[in-house]
Parts: sequence; C-alpha cells; structure tokens
Amino acid sequence: MSTTATVENLPSSSAEPQVNYLNARYGVRSWLLTLDHKRIGLLYLGTITLMFVVGGIAATLMRLNLIEPQGALVEPETYNKLFSTHGIVMVFFFLVPSIPATLGNFLIPLMIGARDVAFPKLNLMSWYIFVTGCVLMLYVVCTGGVDTGWTFYPPYSSSYAHTDVFLAAMAIFIAGFSSILTGMNFVVTIHKMRAPGMTWFRLPLFIWSLYATSIIFVLGTPVIAITLLLLGVERLLHVGIFDPALGGDPLLFQHMFWFYSHPAVYIMVLPSMGVISELITAFSRKRIFGYSFVAFSSLAIAVISFLVWGHHMFVSGQSVYAGLVFSVLSFLVAIPSAVKVFNWTATLYKGSISYEAPMLYALGFIGLFTIGGLTGLFLASLSTDVHLNGTYFVVAHFHYVMVGGAVMAFMGGLHFWWPKITGRIYPDLWARFAALIIFVGFNLTFFPQFVLGYLGMPRRYAMYPAEFQALNVLSSAGASVLAVGYVIPLIYLFWSLKYGEVAGPNPWGAKGLEWTTQSPPLTENFLKTPIVTEEAYSYETAPEPEVVRV
Amino acid sequence: MSDAAIVHGHGDNPTHFAHQFETLEQQHDAGRLGMWVFLATEILFFGGMFMGYTVYRSLHPAAFAIGSHLLDWKFGGTNTAVLICSSLTMALAIRSAQTGKKKGTIIAWLILTMLLGATFLFLKFRYEWYHDYIEHTVPGFGFHYRPEWGAHAPQVQMFMCFYFFMTGLHALHMIVGIGILLVLTWMAARGRFTSQYYAPLEISGLYWHFVDIVWIFLFPLLYLAGGLYSR
Amino acid sequence: MSDSSGHSAHSVHEVHEHIVPLSTYVGVFVALMCLTVLTTGMAWVDMGRWNVVVALIIAVCKATLVVLFFMHVKYNKGLSRIVLIGAVFWLGIMITFTLSDELTRHWEINPQPWVGAIVPVVRHLLF
Repeated sequence: MSTTATVENLPSSSAEPQVNYLNARYGVRSWLLTLDHKRIGLLYLGTITLMFVVGGIAATLMRLNLIEPQGALVEPETYNKLFSTHGIVMVFFFLVPSIPATLGNFLIPLMIGARDVAFPKLNLMSWYIFVTGCVLMLYVVCTGGVDTGWTFYPPYSSSYAHTDVFLAAMAIFIAGFSSILTGMNFVVTIHKMRAPGMTWFRLPLFIWSLYATSIIFVLGTPVIAITLLLLGVERLLHVGIFDPALGGDPLLFQHMFWFYSHPAVYIMVLPSMGVISELITAFSRKRIFGYSFVAFSSLAIAVISFLVWGHHMFVSGQSVYAGLVFSVLSFLVAIPSAVKVFNWTATLYKGSISYEAPMLYALGFIGLFTIGGLTGLFLASLSTDVHLNGTYFVVAHFHYVMVGGAVMAFMGGLHFWWPKITGRIYPDLWARFAALIIFVGFNLTFFPQFVLGYLGMPRRYAMYPAEFQALNVLSSAGASVLAVGYVIPLIYLFWSLKYGEVAGPNPWGAKGLEWTTQSPPLTENFLKTPIVTEEAYSYETAPEPEVVRV
Repeated sequence: MSDAAIVHGHGDNPTHFAHQFETLEQQHDAGRLGMWVFLATEILFFGGMFMGYTVYRSLHPAAFAIGSHLLDWKFGGTNTAVLICSSLTMALAIRSAQTGKKKGTIIAWLILTMLLGATFLFLKFRYEWYHDYIEHTVPGFGFHYRPEWGAHAPQVQMFMCFYFFMTGLHALHMIVGIGILLVLTWMAARGRFTSQYYAPLEISGLYWHFVDIVWIFLFPLLYLAGGLYSR
Repeated sequence: MSDSSGHSAHSVHEVHEHIVPLSTYVGVFVALMCLTVLTTGMAWVDMGRWNVVVALIIAVCKATLVVLFFMHVKYNKGLSRIVLIGAVFWLGIMITFTLSDELTRHWEINPQPWVGAIVPVVRHLLF
C-alpha cells in the first residue's frame, strides 16, 4: 500500500530541477508572508539557532570565569547576569520552541497526510510573536541584562534588583503567547486533519509526543504568563501579591512559577523522546516494541508532570506535608520515562542496526537521558535534596536531560530529516565525528559537576573554594570541546545545501508518510491525499535505503 | 440535507473555504475546537489569579471582607445583569444567522451586544474605578490605609490589588471582545454570513460567553465576599 | 464523507448544526437573572463560612447554563466538553496542591507519639 502512495506522490521524472516548497516562490516577501508550515518551520529554525548562539556565548563566558576560584573573567554582578541570560535564553527562547516549532511544524502535516496545519495564519503569527519576544530579550541582554536567575524569585526580582526585570518578564510573556498558539494549532491539527485511515494508533510516535507536548503548552503556559504579568505589575507599581511587606507570600510566586516551569521541562523532553522513537525504529529497521505503551507513556508524562512542581521548593519554606506529596508524585513521573527507555532498548534487540549520525545521537540520548533521569530521583527524595539542592548536582542533572537528552535528540532529528527538508545529504563521516565530539565534550563538561555538587559547591556562584578548582577546570575544558562539536554541524549542514549529494525521496528507507513524498516536498505536501492502510513502523515492507548503510 | 454539494461560485466567497481543509464542516469543527482550546488557556490564565485570591482569602478572611465592603454591590449586580443580557443578544445574533435571517437582523443583535458591553465598561470605569481613585483605594495610585482597618490594612490593600487586577484583565478581554464584534458587524454588513457559513459568529460567541462566565465568578467573589448583612 | 480526490474540487458539504429554540434561550436568560438575584439575596443572610460555598454553587450553576445552552455544549458532542472539563480540573489541581502547602505550613512537624514508640516495641518483640 505504501508503494502505491509513493508512486502517486512522486513527480513523474526524478530529473532535477523539480518544483518544491523551497523554489515554488522566490523573494523575501514570499518567506516573510508565507503560510506554508514548512517554511514557517525553517523561519523558526533560523531564529532559535541564533538564540542558541546567544545562550551559548553566555555559557562560554561563565565557564571561562570558573577556571579560577576567585573568578577569572567577570565581576560577581556580571556573572549573575550571565547565568540569568543563559538560563532564560536557553529555556524560553531555545529549548521550549526547538523541536515543536521547527521539526513539529515541518513534519506534523506530512506525517498525518494533511496539506497544512489547521490554522496557517495563526502559525505565521506565532512566529512573529516569537521574534518579538526574542528581540525584546536581546534588547534586555544588550542594555544591562537581568540578574535574578531564570526563576525571577521575588522579593529580589520585585523589590531589590536593579536590572530590567520588567522587560525580561515581558519578553518571556510574549514568547509564551507564541507557544500557546503553536500548541493550539497542533492539538486541532492532530485531532481534525488526519488522512483517511490514519487512526490514532497508526500515528507515528513523534505525533503522540507532540500531542502530549501541546497539552502542556495549552495548560501550563498561561500560568507562567499571568505569573510574570503579576510580577511585572508589582515591579512597576510597587504593590502586589508577592511582597511580604504587603502581606504577600513569595512562595505563592514559586508555586505559580513552577506550575508551568516543571511541565516546561517535559515540553523540552517529550518531543525529543518522540524523535528518538523515530530514529531507533528507522536505524534498527524494526517495529517499535510496545507501541501503545510508548504512546500512552507520553500522555502519562504530560499529566503527571503537572503534579510534581513542589519538588523545586523542598527547602524554600514549603510545608513538609506538601513536600511529602510532591516527593511521592515525583517518583511516579519517572515511571513512564523508564517505560520508554525499556521499549527503545527492546526495539534495538535483534534489530538490523546501523550507526549513521542520527542513530549515534539516539543511542547517546538513551544513555545520557537515563543518567539524567536517575539523578533526578536523588533530587526527588526529600532528605537527599536538602543536601543537593542549590548545588552543581542539580545543574548536572538538568543538563544531562536537557543537553544530553533534548539537544542531542534535536541534532539527531535534524540530521535524520535534513534530506527531506533540504533535498540534500550531508557528509556522514563529518556528522558522525561531530556526534562523537559532542558526546565526549558533553560528558567532560557535566559529569564532574555531579561530583562538585555532591561535594557541596553551590550553583550560581561566581567564586568557589580552591579545592574545587581541578573539577571546574575539567568542566570548562569539556565545554570547549562541546562548543567545537556544535560548530562542526553548522559548517557541514550549510555546506550540504549547495554541495551535498541530492537526496531521493527516502534515503534512509524509513517508514512514515513524510518519506512517500519527494525531497524537498511540494508546497501542498501531497499530490493526492494518502490513504493509510498499514500500521506505523511496518518495517517488514520498508523500501531499501538509498544511502549505503554502515 | 445529505451530500448535495453546495458549490459556491468562485467569485462568491472563495476565501471562506481554506485549502488545507477537505470540507466546510471540517473547517467549522476545527475552528470551534481551536476556540475551545484557546478558552482552556484563558481558564488557566484567569485561574492563576483566582488561585492567588483563594490563597489569600483563606489566610485573611476578615481583611477580604473589609475590602469587599469598599465595593458597591449595586454596580456589580447591575453589571452582572448587563453581561447576561449581552450573552443572550450574542446567542440570538448567531441564531439569526443560523436561521437565515437577513443581515440587518444579525447586525442589530451584534450592535445591541456591543452596546451592552460598552455599558458594562462605562459603569465600571466611570462609576466604580474613578470612585475608588477619588476615595484613595487604588493600590499604587495613592492608596491610603484607613484607621478602622487596623492590622488588616496590608491585606485590605491586597484585596484591592486582586480587585483591580482581575476586573482590569476582565475589562481588557471585554474591549478585545467589542473589537471582534465590530469586525463581525462589518462582515455581516458585507453579507458574508449565511445559514451555512456563520462559523466566525459562533466562535466569537464562545469567546464572549466565556468573558461573561468569568464575571459570573468575579461578582460573588469580589462584591459579596464579606456578605452584605454586616454593611 | 471527506473528499480525497485532491483539493482542486472544492466540494462543500452542508453544515449540520442543531438550532436551539428561541424559548430555550429566553428560559436560560430568565434563569440566569433569577440566580443573580438569588446570589445577591443570599449575601444578606449570615451563614458564616458557608456564604462563599453557596455563592460558588450558584455561580457554577449559572456557568453551567451558559456553557450548555449559550455555548451549545449540550448539542455538540465531542471534544469541547473534554477540553472544558480538563481545563477546570487542571485549575483545580493547581489550587488544591498550592493550598496543601499554604494551609499546612504551620502544622506541627513533631511526629505523633506512637511513631516514637514503634522502634522500642519492635526491638522488644524481636530480641
């Protein structure tokens, strides 16, 4: 069945040049006023890459400063601005939009057999709103930054900080609105626009994970929006609801902040898990083990993620009884993630495995995410959290899941779908080399931080006791390796746009409706609406890969 | 009533049927689901403030009662009635499109809805907010503690913070709603709505009714918090 | 029901929607007005902490009427109900869990006496 769909949806001749979404219309206006979800995905890709560089520069300066115990580079006040900038930019302006707004926007209609998302104009508007937030944040960074940490805790942020808290909060508020629109679009698209025969349980797991992510977008983002709005008003008018001098409770801010910000980390990781499901199946050429378990685990993660936010507040003065409840629930949320890891591993078993760059990223993800997830359990346990909270252990934990997890999955997905997006193939040897450099650099940077945290080095400090220097230097050295690892793909991916081998419709021999169309796809995706008759990941009937498998 | 394809001529409303949809019904369904999902985000958006209100009222019930007595329940009650009327007129505007009435009828109901909304805003800003400003009960704009509040004074100010934040956000949504109604009135005047195509009316109606529902909760929580028996 | 012959043939199907009778709308309107009068009237009665409970119950009734009839949820089967109930439920989670902290902060954290008795009792039973 898939073969017939392939034939119907490919151009009659495979000779270049063919019409596709990239060359259908030319000119800046055709990009800035596009309603094509694929072009919007690329617009987002450009924007978040820029923000990643900004966040990365902040991190570089931080790690350079930490080479010496007394601070090698900047004053403590500046260091505070650096870690705040790094956190805000990386969380709100890179990780939260990353996979959903780039790969999600590009792939959802293709994967479900639709011509576009449900609301293309809202889609474009969400990009413009996002860009507005980015511009505002960059303005704040360039005019003195913000030094409250990405968590904006009052009363420091509302009453004492001398930096532009208001504008930074507004920048995030605006960017949040863009994620709400994206989430809305995805929910409606997935519910209402699947092709005939594409039942819920035939959907690729990437779609399930984006659906779960969109639920979090819709239910969680409004709460951070109102929280930051209230903080902004409190800062402007000096009256508000979080100021203890006025009878307010600073912990109320923390409750409202973390009600979103904990599920937000699952916004960052769920789409990555969806990508991994696609990569593992494609590069072991096997059906996923336990499809419905993986699908339901995405929903379970989305739901349970809303019940655990108090684990960020164990030592804040929160009631012990609330802490007990949140601790138990935090253990619970690890279970669906573990289900996924087991199922991916079982998929690999007796699969026909090859080690192209996307697969290297996927395998790296499984190992690093597992470490990150397991270390989260130490933090979920009330008593150990008392020792570890506010130390580098926490920093290492979340970088393992966010960078070793989410960013590696993003890289893997970018490489996997690159031929589909651009119609070109990148040089695989360089890609594997970069993946390896990233893996090594990452572990060198962040593993020492587990030890540092356990030994008691606090986070967000510009200086530290001299006995911690060796590990800090190791971590900073690792960061330089990691930086090199990120620069290499930038180079060869751009290079491939002009000089890379031209890709056919399905270079990996993968299953999925997106691989039944030409590379790059037509603006309207399919010449004829596909009719789906087989289950997802039916690799028994998959075509042979066009690239050589190693 | 079945699959008889009603084909609109290409010159007549070609933009109403978007290319990404297969049928008009799918488009209508998608639009409606989209608005409901948006309303879910609004529930959580307003909900954050309802939560703050709940927390502080649980901790400081006496102060919130004092604060509530600073408000005028007659205006609050009248405004509640005004909004309920506007929900009725909005529902009737949609119904008149559904039943194929002429565009004048639809426009009349829409204008009535807008007038009621404007009445609400006028009563709120001119008689309630301005009055509070004169009486120095607007936080951040010359708020005066009164001696009879005693130790409750900071939390009375907290109540008034919530009053202005919540009714302010609500009023902002009303203003946006009136803007949407203006656009709908213009569309109706251009003859865009038929008994088959009235989705923008229905979807905007959902938004308008939601704003009414928020007020249905705000009225007792803000104006009746301390009861009226002890005034 | 959907046309899969490509987007060029814009076959537009009829939209089947339930049309609510005028009498229903007017009836709901009257009910809403009455409930408004009721909630205002109940505020004149001193019921202590039950005032807010009664007021919220009446508000929920009013909201339900608006949702079911004005917003057509009674007539549109499907997702709108789930979305609405889900959002309200989530708000409930946020409020409940936050209150579980705010209202228990001053609870004593000394363990109950019987907890302290367990260890000696077990030791006595085992050895």
